[in-house]
Amino acid sequence: MTWDYAPAPESRAIANLKPSYRMFLDGQFVEGGGEPLKSVNPATEEVLAEVSTASAADVDRAVKAARRAYDKVWGRMPGAERAKYIYRIARMIAERARELAVLESLDNGKPIKESRDVDVPTASAHFFYHAGWADKLDYAGYGPGPRPLGVAGQVIPWNFPLLMAAWKIAPALACGNTVVLKPAETTPLTALVLAEIIQQAELPPGVVNILPGAGDVGAELVNHPGVDKVAFTGSTEVGKVIQRSLAGTGKKLTLELGGKAANVVFDDAPLDQAVEGIVNGIFFNQGHVCCAGSRLLVQESVADELLAKLRTRVSTLRVGDPLDKNTDVGAINSGEQLARIKELVASGESEGAERWTSPCPVPEKGYFFAPTVFANVSQAMRIAREEIFGPVLSVLTFRTPDEAVAKANNTPYGLSAGIWTEKGSRILWMADRMRAGVVWANTFNRFDPTAPFGGYQESGFGREGGRAGLEAYLDV
Amino acid sequence: MSDVQTTAAPPEFADATRDDTALRRFLHGLPGVDQVGVEQRAAGLATRSIKKDSKLWAIDTAISMVDLTTLEGADTEGKVRSLCAKARRPDPDFPDVPQVGAVCVYPDMVATAVKALDGADIGIASVATAFPSGRSSLSIKLEDTRMAVEAGATEIDMVIDRGAFLSGKYMRVFEEIRAVKAACGSAHLKVILETGELATYDNVRRASWLALLAGGDFIKTSTGKVSPAATLPVTHVMLQAVHDWHAATGEHRGVKPAGGIRTTKDAIRYLVAVHEVAGPAWLDPHLFRFGASSLLNDLLMQRRTQLAGHYSGPDYVTVD
Repeated sequence: MTWDYAPAPESRAIANLKPSYRMFLDGQFVEGGGEPLKSVNPATEEVLAEVSTASAADVDRAVKAARRAYDKVWGRMPGAERAKYIYRIARMIAERARELAVLESLDNGKPIKESRDVDVPTASAHFFYHAGWADKLDYAGYGPGPRPLGVAGQVIPWNFPLLMAAWKIAPALACGNTVVLKPAETTPLTALVLAEIIQQAELPPGVVNILPGAGDVGAELVNHPGVDKVAFTGSTEVGKVIQRSLAGTGKKLTLELGGKAANVVFDDAPLDQAVEGIVNGIFFNQGHVCCAGSRLLVQESVADELLAKLRTRVSTLRVGDPLDKNTDVGAINSGEQLARIKELVASGESEGAERWTSPCPVPEKGYFFAPTVFANVSQAMRIAREEIFGPVLSVLTFRTPDEAVAKANNTPYGLSAGIWTEKGSRILWMADRMRAGVVWANTFNRFDPTAPFGGYQESGFGREGGRAGLEAYLDV
Repeated sequence: MSDVQTTAAPPEFADATRDDTALRRFLHGLPGVDQVGVEQRAAGLATRSIKKDSKLWAIDTAISMVDLTTLEGADTEGKVRSLCAKARRPDPDFPDVPQVGAVCVYPDMVATAVKALDGADIGIASVATAFPSGRSSLSIKLEDTRMAVEAGATEIDMVIDRGAFLSGKYMRVFEEIRAVKAACGSAHLKVILETGELATYDNVRRASWLALLAGGDFIKTSTGKVSPAATLPVTHVMLQAVHDWHAATGEHRGVKPAGGIRTTKDAIRYLVAVHEVAGPAWLDPHLFRFGASSLLNDLLMQRRTQLAGHYSGPDYVTVD
C-alpha cells in the first residue's frame, strides 16, 4: 500500500519577489555604495534578487541618522507613544504573514510549515510583547526611569532572518534606542520587507536602518564610534573578534553564539515523545539552530530501544521543496554550509562513529542533506565537540545522572539543554547542574518572547526576550 | 496479511500475563506518554496538506474503512435495512465507489443486517457485552456476544470494564477480554477502551496493551456515547501501540477510532496519522476502521467535488 502525498506547494507569487532590493537608510530606500550581492534560493540555486549593499560611508550615514533620530525624536518620546509604533509593526507583520513566510522559505530554504507556523508568528509576537514593555520600563526592576543606551548596531545570522531581526529590533525600540541592523548576506530579503513595514508604520526616519552586506559591513558597523551598543548573533569565532575589538571602547555588548546542546534522555522518559523532541531538536530548520539538540545523551539501558524508534521516525521525515507544505526538512542555506556539514560528517565516519542516514529521497538540484544520526559517538570526536549546524545528530550514552551532567557540560558552549524524564525531582536536580542558558524539560526548541534566551561560556552573554532581555538595551 | 486470528498472548509476553502482579508490573512498566508532546505531534501532523490524486485515494480508502453505524434505542429493522442498502451502494450515481468496511448494529439487529447484506462482502459488526457501559455480569456479557455471533455477526465490538481498569483490576479486564474472544469463535474482536473515561494517555497506552495481550484483533477508542470520543492524540497513542506490538511480535493488529469523526478533513488527518505513526501497512480496512455514521456522506460529497471540480450539495447524496 503506497500513499504518495501529491505536491502541495505554496504559491511563489505570494512572496511578491522583486528583481532588486535596496537598503533602508534614514527612512528611505536608497542604493548602497557597496558591491551589490545576489541572494540565491538554496533549494534551486537560482538567483532570487539583486540586493544593494552598504559601503563604509553608508554605515557612517546610517549611524548618524540613527543618532539624530535618537537625540531628536525616539530617545525622548514617551514610552506609550513608542508602543503605538511597535504595536503597528507587530500587526503589519501578522497581516503580511503569508507573504513573509513564502519569501523567507525562498531565501533561506526552510520549510514553509516552519516559516508559516514558527518564524513569522514568533517575529510578530516579539514586537507585540515588547510594545507592551515600552511604557512599563519603570516596573522592569531596574529602578525608576531607566534610560536607553543610544544607537544599537546589530548583526544577525541567516538561520532565522526575520525572527532574529525581530529579536534585535523590538527590545531596542521598546527601550528607546535607535537601530542600525545588518542582515546576513545570504538572507537579506525579509529584513528589507520588514523595513518596508517600518516605513509604512511611519516610524520616524532614522529610528531603524537596515544595511545589507557581508562581514565587512558588520565590522564597519560594530566598530563605528557612534554606536553605543552592539548585539551580535552568529558564530563564536566572529563573536570573539567583535569582543576583542570592542574591549575598552565603553560600548555595551551582547553576544549570542554557537552551541552544542545536550538532549539528555533518562530510562524513565516518555520515549515516544522524547523521540519527537530529539527530531525537533536537531532536524528543525535543517539543524541550523544555535540551540539545536545536536548531542543526544541517552541512558545506556534504553539506548537500543530509543535508537530503533528514532530511526523509524526519522525515516518518515520528508526532505525536499521548502515551499511544499508537507516538507519537514528543507534546503541547507548555502553551498558553503553544505560543504562544512559534509566535511564534519566525513570526520565522524573516519573517527569511527556509526553513521545512519535516512533513506528518504533527496532532490538532485539545490543544497540538500538527508537527516543523519551517528551512533557510538564519544566525546573525543569532532562531531561531538564542534557545532555542525546541520541535520546531523551525535548519539552518546551515559549510565548515571552524574555522568549525564558531566558529559552534558563537557563543552565550551552552553546555550541550551534538554532533559527527558517523568520524574519531576530529577528535572530540577539536572536543571540546577546544567551549564546552559535554556533548559527544556520534556520538550525542545520552544520559543516565546516572554522567556529569556542566551548562553554560558562560548555561547555568549546577555539575554534576549523576557524582562531579563530589556537589560541589554537599558543603561542599568 | 491481516486476517490473522489472534489467540493466546505470544510467547514474548507469556510472563507479562502470568498473574495479577506480573500484569500490573508490565503495564506500569510501559513508557509514559507526555501529554504536551503527544498533542503537539498530533497537531503537527494534522497540518499535512493532502491534495489532488492523493486526496481522492484517501477518500476512497476512508470509505472502505467506514463501519457504518447505527446504535440508537430507536433503531428499527427498517432503519437497519436502509443502512445496509447505503453500505452496499454508498453513491448510486457512482458505482465505482468502494463498499464500506462493515455495518455496526446492536445484537438484536444482526439478523436483519445479515439478511440485508446477503451476498455482499461487507462485515457485520455488532456491539456486545452490555454496550455501552459494560455494567453486567460476565455470563450476560458472554451470552450477549454469543447471541450476536450466532445471528451472523462477523465482528464483535466489546467494551472493557472501565470500573475494573480504573481500580487497577487489570487481570479481571484481561480475563474478560479473553473470555469474550473465545465466545467470538471466528468473529473478529474489537475491544472498546472508552478512552473518554480512561482520561489519561498513560491509561490509554496501558489499556491498549492489555487488550492486545488478551487477543483483541482491534483496539477501538470509544462507544460514541461518552464525550470526548475519538481524538487525534488518543488515536496516536493507540497507533503507536499496534506499531510497537508488530515490532515485538510480527503481528498486525488494527485500530478503530469511533465517535465525532464527521468530515473528510478529519478522516484524512486520521489517515495521515495511520500512515506516519503506525505505518503504510495499516492503510487497509483490515487494520483501520472509522466508527461513524455521518462521515460517509461527507466523504461522498468530497469525492464528487474532486471528480467534478465543483461542490454539489447534500441533496446529491442519499440519506439513509
